[in-house]
This record gives sequence, C-alpha cells and structure tokens, in this order.
Amino acid sequence: MQISPVKIISLLFFVFSGFYLYHAYQIRVFAFDENAPFNAKTFPILLGYAGIFFSGLYIALPEKRPANVNLSVLDYKRTIALVVLMIIYGVTILKAGYFLSTSIFLVLSYITLGEKRWFWVFTLSFPFVAIFMFLLHGLLDIYLRDPLLKYLGIIG
Amino acid sequence: MIEGILIGLNTALSIKNIIMVMIGCFAGTIIGMLPGLGPMTAIALMIPITYGFEPSTGLILMAGVYYGAVFGGSTSSILINAPGIPGTVATSFDGYPMAQQGKAGKALAIAAYSSFAGGTIAAIFLLFAAPSLSKVSLAFRSPDYFGLMILGLTAVSAFSAKGHFLKAMMMVVLGLMLASVGQDTLSDIPRFVFNNMNLADGISFVLVVMATFAMSEALSIIFKGSDPTQAAKQISLSKLGSIRLDKEETKKMVTTIPRSSIIGFIVGVLPGAGSTIASFLAYGMERNFVKDEEKQKFGKGSVNGLSAPETANNAACSGSFVPLLTLGIPGSGTTAVMLGALLGFGIQPGPRLYQTNPEIFWSVIMSMYIGMVILLILNLPLIPYIARILAVPRAFLIPLILFFSVTGIYLMSFNNFDIYLMIGIAVVATILRLYEFPMPPLILAFVLGGLMEENLRRSLLISDGSWAFLWDRPLTLCIMITILFIVFWQIYNSYFKKK
Repeated sequence: MQISPVKIISLLFFVFSGFYLYHAYQIRVFAFDENAPFNAKTFPILLGYAGIFFSGLYIALPEKRPANVNLSVLDYKRTIALVVLMIIYGVTILKAGYFLSTSIFLVLSYITLGEKRWFWVFTLSFPFVAIFMFLLHGLLDIYLRDPLLKYLGIIG
Repeated sequence: MIEGILIGLNTALSIKNIIMVMIGCFAGTIIGMLPGLGPMTAIALMIPITYGFEPSTGLILMAGVYYGAVFGGSTSSILINAPGIPGTVATSFDGYPMAQQGKAGKALAIAAYSSFAGGTIAAIFLLFAAPSLSKVSLAFRSPDYFGLMILGLTAVSAFSAKGHFLKAMMMVVLGLMLASVGQDTLSDIPRFVFNNMNLADGISFVLVVMATFAMSEALSIIFKGSDPTQAAKQISLSKLGSIRLDKEETKKMVTTIPRSSIIGFIVGVLPGAGSTIASFLAYGMERNFVKDEEKQKFGKGSVNGLSAPETANNAACSGSFVPLLTLGIPGSGTTAVMLGALLGFGIQPGPRLYQTNPEIFWSVIMSMYIGMVILLILNLPLIPYIARILAVPRAFLIPLILFFSVTGIYLMSFNNFDIYLMIGIAVVATILRLYEFPMPPLILAFVLGGLMEENLRRSLLISDGSWAFLWDRPLTLCIMITILFIVFWQIYNSYFKKK
C-alpha cells in the first residue's frame, strides 16, 4: 500500500498539533486567572484541537485530487547547496560583517547555479553590495551593522 | 470628505511620494511579470526598504508595487501565455491569441487602458464606500470582529486553493500557531518560548512573510528546475505591432469597462474572493452580455474578452482595500501583508483610522489614482524594455531574491537566530508548496492571530465564558451561518459531490 505524501504531511501536522496542544496545557497562568473565562492558554488550546481536527479529517477522508509530484526531476543538489550557503551566510554575517559575507554569499550562489560569466559574477557581488550599502546607509540612513567596515574606518 | 481628499492629495503629490509610486509601479511590474513571483513577494521584498520612511510614504510605495505587479502579470499573460499571477489567467484567454495574430501591442494597450479605467473607477467607489463603511463598522462589537476574522480566513481558504480546502485550513491553523509564539499580550506570560529569549517577543511578521513568499518561491524555482526569466527572453520587440486602437475597439471597451469595474469592485470587497475570481466572473459575464457575433470571438482574440478580466482584476485590487481600511481586516493575502506593514508602522487600521490618521487613509486612496496614471504613462511605452530587463538569468535572479530576504531580517534585528528561523520556515514552506499547500491563508492567519485572540478574549469575558456570543447578536449569527455554509459546502464539494 502506498501512502500519499500529503497524507504523511497531514500526519506530521497531526503529531505537531498534539505536541502544540500538550505544551498549550503546560502554559503557566496566574493563580487568579486559572478559572477565568479566558486566560493565556485558552486560545492555544483551541488551536491545538483545530489542528488535530483538520489534519485528522484530511487523513480520514479519501484523497480526491492527489498532488502529482515527480520527485525524480527535482533539483535536490542545488537547493540543498543554496540552503547550506544561506546558513553559512547567517553564521558569518555578524562576525565577518555584512559587506564581506553578503558579497561572498552572492558569488558562491551564482557559481552554484551554474553562472560562468565572471565579469557579471564579480559586478553583481562586491560592487553591487557596496552600492546597495551606500543607498541604505548613506542615503536612506538605515543603520547597517558591519563590525569589519567599522574596524577599517569605512563606516561610522 | 473634501478636506480629507485635499490632505490626501497634498501628501500623495509630494515629489518624494510621486517618486515612490513610480519606483513601486516599476518594481511591481518587473516582479509581477515573472511567473511564480506575485504581488505578495513584491510587497514583502519592499517592506525592509520602507522602514526608514514615513508610514504614508511606505504605504504609497507598497500600493504602487501592488498595482504594478498586477499589471506586470497581465503582460506575461498576453505576450507568452504565462500568467505572472492567478488574477491574470483570464487575461491570457484572449490576450495571447491576439498576440499570436500580430496584435500584441494592441492587446497590451487594451490591457493598460482597461486596468487604468477599472482601477480608477474602483478607486472612486472606494472613495465613497470607505468613509461610509467606516461609520457603519463603528457599531461592530468584539464578537462581530471575531466572526469576521474567521469568515475572512475561511473564505481565503475556500477561494485561494480550489479543491484543497482542508490543506488551506491546516495552513490557517499553522499561521495562528506561529502567531501565538511569544509573550501573551495581556498577561505577559511566555508561550512556546522553550527558554529561548529570541522567541520572547514572538516571531516577526516580516520574517514569516519573507520566508513563506520571497525565499520559498526562490527555492521552489530552483527545486523544480523552472526558469521564470525564460518567459521574458521569448518576447520579441519587433513582433509587438501598433499600440493604437481603432474606433470600434474603443467602443467595445467603453461598454465593457463600467460593468466589469462594478463586478470587480464588489468581488474585491468580499473577503477571500480577490482578483482571480473577479476576473473569471467578469469574463463569464461579458460573454453573456455581448452579441452572438462577438461571442464567437471569445477565446480567439476578443477585445471584450480581454478588457473584462483586466478591468475586473484591477477594480478588485482597489476593492480589497475596503475591508482593510475600514474594518482593519484584510480580505486577501496581499492586503494581509499590507496590514502587517501598517502594524509595523504602529498604525492600527480600522474604523478609527479615518479619524485618527486621515492623512494615511486619504493619501493611500489618492495614491491609487496617481499609481494608475503612472502605470499607464510609464508602462505602456516601456513594456518591451522592461521585458528586456527581465531577461536576467535565473542564476543571478534567485541569489538576489535570497540576499534581499536575508538583508530584510538582518536590518530588523541583527540577530543570527532570526536568519536561521527564516531559513527553516522557508524550507518547510518550499516542501508544502510542492504539495499544493497554499501560503496566503497562513500569512493571513499569522497577521490576524493577535487580533483574533484579543477579540475572543473580550467576547468571552463579556459573556462570562459562555460561547453564546456567537449567536446572540443577529450580525454575528449571520456571519457564523455564512462560515458554516462555506465549510460544509467546501467539504461536500471536495469529498462527496459526484463528478
């Protein structure tokens, strides 16, 4: 028997709703609020039951229009590579600074997606980020935290 | 009202705001032309840029993006039969055949004039409807608001994902669950924080909207191996032809535009319906109105068939601002993003917005007119060139979208945790998108979560814990009956109706 992926997602949502409901009941409310008509856990409890109800209904009812996804044509490698690059970008953005980490992220992303025109790869990374930073920080006065450029004395 | 219009005009006609409308229309057109990237992504990408602006300027920019994206969607529908957004699918029925007959320029002109007329007529309706409805909505009580919010969520689930009602309802619950993370607004009790201080203030709206739209759409494009810029590369400048319309074509448009504007505006006001339903309804209605001879041309390049959906989808965009500005309840995913942005500016839309912040209320309405004019002047002659800009390779486009998304969050908090959370939500959203779980209900629920809880709290406290508030007032009862009807009709239609 083959189980549809949407049913599996619904089942996961069912479990997640159960987990959410359990934690909703664990929310500590003030003693005087315990028996109030509405307290901090009333709404989350209702949501937990709603999640169980709708996901349970989807699991129980027959699937009339199953989603038709051909898993073999999906580009897993590039998608995972981009996600990993974004995580690394997130790790380095505070330490290496906005300018350097963003520029390197862009260069590596372009290359990951198969771009080989080096002129454009360079132009749309380091100079592009510099112009973008100037627009935000210099013209629109939006604060951009960059410890590296601050250390080098480029931004205040 | 005259005073309000003058205040709005004064704000909207400042050089800064006109430039913002122009940028918004231009950026919206570009993003709207890319199949898969709709107005919600376009507006989401603009939110971080608007942080440094005054609320009215930020909203004017976003309204411009909204209209631009809708117009951009029509362009790709006509030129390459690839609608940028669902609201422009009906445009391709007659727009694409016209383009194939060598009348692409004419089709673009019809779309531009119809959009302009539809949007402008609907903005006039909005001008009169919004203040009156604001006064009426002052009589609404917490139970009515609570009911209206559930109605909005149910309707968006029913209409935004045809045949996937239960999936949409799961997304609604997920959106509400995400909104419940953080301190309870009244008691300050932490909920679902798991001893992580980064979650104490809850999950940011910008984070969720960026993750579920901009970032997950970009990841979906890579995951599926599609190339949205391919469409733009097919557009040939030499094949567009003249943009001039003859007398007969103009005459046909003159009869179509008023009726399609009315239907578009009414459908736009209804929660959840939006521009997609408006355009299909207008197309169907127009086919019934025209003479038999013209009826035969439908689907083969009819002027009426192209003008009707284009008028209606723009009129619906203006209509969708009515519940947002008067009740503070968005009727669609796009206006939900706008509501989130308004709340970010510290403005609570609703019946009192008209009195407390008249400059915002009126300047948004006035900027719609200006946006329409700018769209017409700017876009019609520039469309072929905008299309060329769009031929940017996917390898550059996707990283730039991801970069804008991460920058948006970085600017807000300078916190790594938010970036990781956004990536996590985006990955989950990409998988959910793959299996046709709709995202607009999630974002609408996330925005409405806090307001819903507050109104439920008030209702239950007033009724001393009794749920009778759901049927005590005739208005609430009517809303609840409508909700039940939608829920049962959708479940019956999806699971029990024989084909």
